Formats: sequence, C-alpha cells, structure tokens
Amino acid sequence: MRTITVFALLVAALAFSAAAGILVGAVAIAPGDVLSALLGAGDTNGTIIRELRLPRVLGAALVGGALAAAGALLQGMLRNPLADPFVTGTSAGASLGAVLAVALGSEPVLVPLAAFVGATASIALVWRLARLGGRTTVLTVLLAGVVLTSFAGALVTLVLVSSDRLALRLRAVLGWLQGGISVISWSELAVAAVVVAVGVVGALLLAPRIDAYAFGEETAAALGVDLDRTTAAVLATTALLTGAAVAIAGLVGFVGLVIPHALRFLLGATHRRLIVASIPAGAVALVLADLGARTALAPAELPVGVITGLVGAPFFLALLVRSRRVIV
Amino acid sequence: MSRVVARQVRAGYRDREVLRGVDLAAQAGELVALIGPNGAGKSTLLRVLGGLLRPTSGSVTIDGVDAATLDRRVIARHIAVVPQVFETLFPFTVREIVALGRTSRLGPLGTLGSDDARAVARALDDIGATDLADRRIDRVSGGERQRAVLAMALAQEAGVLLLDEPTAHLDPAHQRATLERVATLARVRGIAVIAVLHDLNLAAAFASRVVLLADGAVVRDGDVKAVITAELVANVFGAGLRVVAHDGLPFVIPEPATALERHARAG
Repeated sequence: MRTITVFALLVAALAFSAAAGILVGAVAIAPGDVLSALLGAGDTNGTIIRELRLPRVLGAALVGGALAAAGALLQGMLRNPLADPFVTGTSAGASLGAVLAVALGSEPVLVPLAAFVGATASIALVWRLARLGGRTTVLTVLLAGVVLTSFAGALVTLVLVSSDRLALRLRAVLGWLQGGISVISWSELAVAAVVVAVGVVGALLLAPRIDAYAFGEETAAALGVDLDRTTAAVLATTALLTGAAVAIAGLVGFVGLVIPHALRFLLGATHRRLIVASIPAGAVALVLADLGARTALAPAELPVGVITGLVGAPFFLALLVRSRRVIV
Repeated sequence: MSRVVARQVRAGYRDREVLRGVDLAAQAGELVALIGPNGAGKSTLLRVLGGLLRPTSGSVTIDGVDAATLDRRVIARHIAVVPQVFETLFPFTVREIVALGRTSRLGPLGTLGSDDARAVARALDDIGATDLADRRIDRVSGGERQRAVLAMALAQEAGVLLLDEPTAHLDPAHQRATLERVATLARVRGIAVIAVLHDLNLAAAFASRVVLLADGAVVRDGDVKAVITAELVANVFGAGLRVVAHDGLPFVIPEPATALERHARAG
C-alpha cells in the first residue's frame, strides 16, 4: 500500500515538475500559448518552448533519473550509503572524457560515448584502489573518489586552457561542466536517451543480484552470484548512466546520493523497487533544481550543479556524521 | 541427498598455507562439528568446502562432481553457507533476506516464481520466524537476526549446510535452541551439516560426529567420545581444560591456575 502511494506521488510530482519547468521561464508565456506552442505554433513562443524549454526539461529529467539509478546501483554493490557517481569520481572521469572529445573536435553525438569511456576508466580505477587492502571500506572508496576527482579536474583544466578549440568557448564549457543543461539539442537528447534506456534495463536486470550483496561479497558468492561478472556488469552500467548524464549536464553532484538514500527509508532496501522509484524521483529533483537555477537570479542563470551542490553537500555531511560508526 | 567430500585439500592465502592435506566428508543427515584451536584452519576449510576458496591441491567433490568445474550458481544449489557476519546497512525485511536464499534460482529476468515463494515460506516456518517475516532486519534482536540468516540458507534448499560459528553472539539458551534446530533439520530433512564450533560442549551435546583440526590437519575424526578426550584436548588446546563425563558424554570445564596447582599437590 505504501509502495503504491509512493509511486503515485512520484508520478504526480513528475507531471507537476515537468509542467512547471515548461511553463516558467525568463520570458513570461501564458499557459494557453504554451499549449499551442507544444502543438506546433510557428511563432517565437513556439521556438522558445520547443527548442529551449522542452529539451531542457527532458534533459534535466534524463540526467536526474540516470544519476539516481547509478547511485542506487553503486550504493548497493559497495554496501556504502555514501556512494554515488559524483563522490566516487565517476562523473569527473566522464567529464574528462567528454572534454577531451570536444577538444579533439569529435562529433557532438560521440561526446556521450567519450564520457562513457572516461566514466568506465575511473570507476574501474576506484574499484581497484578501494580493494587494495582486500576488502572495500566506505572510507577508501571516498578517498579514491576524492583523489580521482581532483586529478581528472586538473586534467580538464589543462585541456581547456591548452585547446584552441575550447579556449574560444571557455565560458560556455565551464558552464556546462557545472551543470549546463541550457545548451542542449534534440539530437544530443536522443542519443543520451537511448544510452540511459540501455543503462536502466541493465540496472533492473542486475538489481536482484545486488540485493544478495547485503551481507558482503563472500555471502553473495555463497548465494550463487558470480562476483567477477556481476561486478563488471554493475560498473559498466553505472558508467553508462553516468556518461550519458555528464555528457548532457557536466558535473551534477549529490542527486545520485540523496535520492536512493531517501527512497530507501520509504520503500525499503530491495534494489529493483528502489531503482524503479529512483528514476522518477531523480528526474523530479533535477527538473526542480534546474527550474531554481533558471529563476533564482533571473535573468542570470545558475548552473544546476550549484543548486544540487548547495542542497546535497549538507545532506552528505549529515549522512557522514550519522554513519561514522560504519566508516571506522 | 547431497554429499560433500574433501580429499587431501591444501589451501591458504597468498604466502600462507593454512590447510595441509585435509580429508573430510559429510553425509546426508549428519551434523559434523568442526573443532580446534584458533588458527587451526576451521573457517578456511569451510570456505573451501563452500567453493569460496579454491584449493591449491586436492579436491572438493559435490555429489561426486569436482567443485572446481561447477559455476557459482550450481554450487549454491547444493551447498548453503550461513555467514558469520550478519550485519546489513540497508533496511531489508526478514522475508526479503530469506528470499536472498533463492538467488541461485532467479529466472532470466531476475524474478522469483511460486516455487520460490513456497521455499521462503517453508524456511521461515522451519526456523520459527514466520511472525518476524515483515519486520526490518535492522530492528530485530541478535538472536532473531541469526534465525533470519539461517532461514536464508535453508531457503537455498541445498543438501549441504555449512555454518561458521553459528552460536558466536548468542546467549546459552539461544545457542542451545540454534543447534537443536540445526540437528533436527539435519535428521528430518536429510541435510548434511558441517558446523564450526568453538564451544566443545555444544559440539559434544549436538554433533553426530566431531572432527578435530589443528595446524591445518585433521587430528581425529570420529564419535564424540573418541575425539573429545582428556589426552587430545590437552595436546591440542593446552593445559587448564578438564574433561569430565556427564550422561555418557564428555564435557570440558576450564579450570583456573589455582585449581590446577591444587590437583598437582593432591596428586
């Protein structure tokens, strides 16, 4: 009963936030004109709604859903409520891949692929580093993530400054890195949507086996989980979801951390249910965060990463304080 | 009816060999207690039997098939391991934990069928945990959590059940209840049970056979009275443990140094 209520509320919230995201913006457009714009009216309003606001709302929803699903996967497999693509350095690796691709002049459509490669390399590295002592602890994962994030960040800066192609658009690229859903085309959106869809299917198929990690890897193996294959599949799926999200919106922190964590209290721990709920919840969170980013200092725009950082970092700290028992 | 056999097993970690040629077999219906001092290799032997650690030489066979040739899913259908650590960070319900026992039988889409639901219900019933089913695992007592984990292993419907220190964090009444339950299940369901036990008296009271391990080798394997003897206990565990007979079974009583001196003077 509670599950049904939570899902009904999530669907309602998604509809509400999408409507708000399309209706509200720097240019005031009456709801009736929004509707006719969506139906194909050919005036300026039509262009604003169809080419700016709608792709932006869909992009934010896609990014939020992908990050929340990736966070649920990582938290389950690492048995670490503080894990998500951002704090493990996966997002930073993905941003390095994306920036390199742009600097090398690749087709925009290939940017999500490059981000996926960067995300895969960094999550695999974090995984290896975290297991150096034989068993993964909450703290080693976070430390490895911190190191990787600053290293990838330094490389990103190096590439930005030394690339002629990027130096001309430095401001735009920096904006994107901090969560720039503002610059998004329908073709980028379509590519990312396909990647996220594949990632979501993978996450849902993996979810029951991630449940078996509840008592650690050894028990998962005893229950019949092939650890090597499952680990590789979970890391690849996480990289897929993170790569797509970063290609659209750069470094958006804490959505992947907060959403699964909050939903676990409402819906319990089984990962299939958790992931199914994380997708709309992450979408709602980021659509609303983006709305805030657009309107808080209008007509100036904040990168959406600023909003998620402002809300998410205190949440992360509170969690860290509460779970210090687990960390030592 | 499953049967697990270890032959001349050598195994260890990196540069440290723990097991140096161990033979062990367990038949359906038996409760085999694995005893021995700390560091004897009991837990390592259990890991090898469960297919979680590959022997460097020798073999483990499950129903006559070499475990090294079987994948994890198949092994998990034949051998269930009750973990020693049963702390989980996440708020699973007891029923969800027990359902993890069906992981090796998940369908291609990762779903559980009606057979699985029946196995889960039966395991909960067997272990007397049906009334706990919808409670959160992090909100039940240590003894209840231990029952949930035992039910999880039973839901695997494996012919062999391996337990590592199943009574480690339990009070005496719960220790007794746990072993009573396990011994009954072995007998009634025809499960072959191998349990690492630190408490020699629990081993004496409940095991149908006792295997004494020291320094990675089997010192003696046999009937309770043939293994828990004054001589072997003194040789393997050292001084200060007196073996007395009670109801025809051996029991081990730890004695303080002052009592030992008194015996020495009297003798």
